[in-house]
Amino acid sequence: MWNYEKRLQYPVKITQTNPKIAQIIITQFGGPDGELGASMRYFSQRYTMPYKEVIGTLTDIATEELAHMEMICAIVYQLTKGLSPEEIKASGFDKYYVDHTLALYPVAASGPAWTATYFQSKGDPITDLHEDLAAEQKARTTYDNILRLVKDPEVCDPIRFLRKREIVHYQRFGESLRIVQDNLNSKNFYAINPEFDMDSNCSCGN
Amino acid sequence: MNEMQNSKPCRKDLLMQIGHASFAVDDVKLYLDTHPRDQEALDYFYEHNKKRNQLLKEYAKYYGPLTVDTAVPSCSDRWNWINEPWPWQEGGC
Repeated sequence: MWNYEKRLQYPVKITQTNPKIAQIIITQFGGPDGELGASMRYFSQRYTMPYKEVIGTLTDIATEELAHMEMICAIVYQLTKGLSPEEIKASGFDKYYVDHTLALYPVAASGPAWTATYFQSKGDPITDLHEDLAAEQKARTTYDNILRLVKDPEVCDPIRFLRKREIVHYQRFGESLRIVQDNLNSKNFYAINPEFDMDSNCSCGN
Repeated sequence: MNEMQNSKPCRKDLLMQIGHASFAVDDVKLYLDTHPRDQEALDYFYEHNKKRNQLLKEYAKYYGPLTVDTAVPSCSDRWNWINEPWPWQEGGC
């Protein structure tokens, strides 16, 4: 169950439209390393996770990613609000506009629509947490790339906040991986998959 | 608009304070997930969570609720949830 809170996690107040950078930033909504994929990844992985600390981390980070998705959408919305057909044409925003007008739709900066194939839910805690750690670094790199292309301080400020959160999430997933390994056989972390081999499924005979 | 009173706290200031308290809560909540026995972090959580709840109640009193839990009867006879701006509509004001 979730309740909506009618505010952004960090303020977004952009006074100058810029459809060119909107097309870049939208990738953190519907791109391969964006916030929608991040949230769905952690929400999908948590059900079979055997350790309560890690279930909590996946749940709370997935929830925060939804708030980040809302911030990204607010940035894109404000960067494209009230554009004229001339501005849309001149900025190259016409290809997005023809399909979605000025509405928000989850796409990558390079064009393709969002797809669940951007993430995995593998059902093995070591495997999934390595994916999560990589995902946070990929998102951080994407924010670094955005910050190299964008100069408007009203846009950079919330982007910098989001970049810092990727680093905090990476730290928490690192701690989660340590908690998983502390629960496993230190001589061979891969002897069993604790999401599958714990009870009647255990046939590894060690 | 003509109901404005001098004692009414500034909406932007109140929202900023809610943002600060809520961020403290969000951040320490993640830390506590992997460090559930850290007493200092627990104290920090309760301190900021209490402040956050007080601020949310105060905001609801003057400007309508941000959360369903703070939607309490007020002097208004309207459903205020839809009246105040949505968070992405704040740009340029």
